[in-house]
Amino acid sequence: MLEIRDVNKTYGTRRVLDEVSFDVVPGRMTGFVGGNGAGKTTTMRIILGVLEADSGTVLLDGEPLGPTGRRRFGYMPEERGLYPKMKLGEQLVYLARLHGLGPADAKRNTDELLARLSLGERVNDTIEKLSLGNQQRAQIAAALVHEPEVLILDEPFSGLDPMAVDVVVEVLADRARSGVPVLFSSHQLDIVERLCDDLVIIADGRIRAAGPRDGLRAEHATLRYQLQTEGDAGWVRETPGVTVIEADGGYALFDADDPDAAQRVLAAAVARGGVSDFARQHPSLSQIFKEVVR
Amino acid sequence: MTVTGSARPYSAARSVWLVAMREVMVRLRSVAFLVSTGLLLVLLLGSVVVSGIISANASDPKVAVVQGVTLPADVAVEPQDVADRDAAEELLRAGDVDAAIIPDDGPLGFAVLGDDSVPMSVVQALSVAPPVELLDESSAGGLLGYIVAIGFGLVFFLAAMTFGSTIAQSVVEEKQTRVVEILLATIPTRVLLAGKILGTTILALGQVALLLAIAIIALSVTGQSDLLLGLGMPFLWFAIFFVFGFVLLAALFAATGAMVSRQEDIGSTTTPVTMLVMIPYFLTVFLNDNPVVVAIMSYVPFSAPVGMPLRLFLGDAQWWEPLLSLVILLATCVGVIALGARIYENSLLRLGQRVKLGEALRG
Repeated sequence: MLEIRDVNKTYGTRRVLDEVSFDVVPGRMTGFVGGNGAGKTTTMRIILGVLEADSGTVLLDGEPLGPTGRRRFGYMPEERGLYPKMKLGEQLVYLARLHGLGPADAKRNTDELLARLSLGERVNDTIEKLSLGNQQRAQIAAALVHEPEVLILDEPFSGLDPMAVDVVVEVLADRARSGVPVLFSSHQLDIVERLCDDLVIIADGRIRAAGPRDGLRAEHATLRYQLQTEGDAGWVRETPGVTVIEADGGYALFDADDPDAAQRVLAAAVARGGVSDFARQHPSLSQIFKEVVR
Repeated sequence: MTVTGSARPYSAARSVWLVAMREVMVRLRSVAFLVSTGLLLVLLLGSVVVSGIISANASDPKVAVVQGVTLPADVAVEPQDVADRDAAEELLRAGDVDAAIIPDDGPLGFAVLGDDSVPMSVVQALSVAPPVELLDESSAGGLLGYIVAIGFGLVFFLAAMTFGSTIAQSVVEEKQTRVVEILLATIPTRVLLAGKILGTTILALGQVALLLAIAIIALSVTGQSDLLLGLGMPFLWFAIFFVFGFVLLAALFAATGAMVSRQEDIGSTTTPVTMLVMIPYFLTVFLNDNPVVVAIMSYVPFSAPVGMPLRLFLGDAQWWEPLLSLVILLATCVGVIALGARIYENSLLRLGQRVKLGEALRG
């Protein structure tokens, strides 16, 4: 498990991270969400050791991170970049070797990964000769070539074409399934909502919410229900303890004062016959985000 | 958690070596580097061959000797007997001879007749020089000292300028292409800096060694190996000083290169370092016969790689002087590298605007 504990960082007089603490659990995808300048990139750079925190610690499996621990990380920075004049294959082998792999392992991993990302034929092309889409794939390959045991990806989907998004999603999910903690940031909340198991929400350098996505949803769920009946649902308005938001024929959307009131509506609907849908509404990630950031 | 059994534990030395080897490999594949090295080789070979041809063809001057003149024995001229002064003048005007010797009433009994200028080679051949004895035989000076000074100066200057700008460009390239963030997430900043300095030093030394080897071989083949006499020890010292002097400058070039984000801006921060390279070079060229200047130069770390070997060659340095100068150079190296590493560390992730020196040092 990757633990971030009480991390603070100040640039000049501006405090960019304020007592930041959260966990990235093995085998789970953790979405890291926040507005521009909220502190996502700074947090990730501190985890990677690229930046030094003013105070606080980053632990991997309970141990403070040093150069040996960090070489087990795979990192995709927000600012993409590889050596433009170096050949794709050589570049990946070089990065794998910097992470501590022997020459044979580095070569084997490079070949396998490039084949998987459909870049096998480009192995001897320089990066600058690759198309933009292929450069993005090369960047993903650079983060994965040493079989990292922790993945940190800063905006991995930004600037990706839809095909590349699918490739990245598949690769990340695959890594997570094999037991790797994956932390990724994104402002594309729909992708985060679809992918992540856990969520960390940051605003103005402070963690506003952190935990399993479903737990957060339940926590921020209101007592709002939707009902679909066969007959007209206008009667719901008359039920005590209930405020109808919207009603149209057999459909009603209402807020209940307490769960019992909702149960009374359901019982009444069943008594009138023909309930085709009754569900508590879960807030979307962007609703939760707006709420906790406010 | 997956296990990557193949990953070895972190070793700074191995990482430094990997970075250094990448620098070397990239440079050895660069067409510009290969072409410039090739040009230097051609230039060097050319000058050795030309000087060989000149010295081999240096024959005695031709003179026309008018009847009645008796030349002293063993005079290094090629005489051609003519009947009278008119015949001699004719040959002289036609350019067939360099001078004519005509009878004269003076103490020598002959005079030299030239065309439109004094025929120095003939005059020298006919002159008598008093015997000369030197108290300090080991001291070589004059023209040869000048050549050696320029030689050391030029080699150090060229290497520092080419490879200094190479390392600065390579640092900026990593910053400009943003690859630096991946590198810093993988290895410590100082390891990256050390690797770049090591790689560039290997390249610079390799190029200089190649040029020297070619020069020595060419001089020997063309029968000019006399020039190499007395250069052994100074060369050895030059090599030692070169390594550390170069590392010192490379660290400064890397640090100042890291302060900008675009290749176009390199000049704005590396110029002071360029000055540190150029000033000693011009001092060597213009003031190499001034013992005080050379003595000071031989202790200032930035000019010691040229100044100290020159003094050793001229024979006016005590045995302990190169050692003392080397200690000063090493101490400066340690200090400057620490300073350079700090600038480098604090500047690498600051993109966009040029980083101010104060900020780079404070962090």
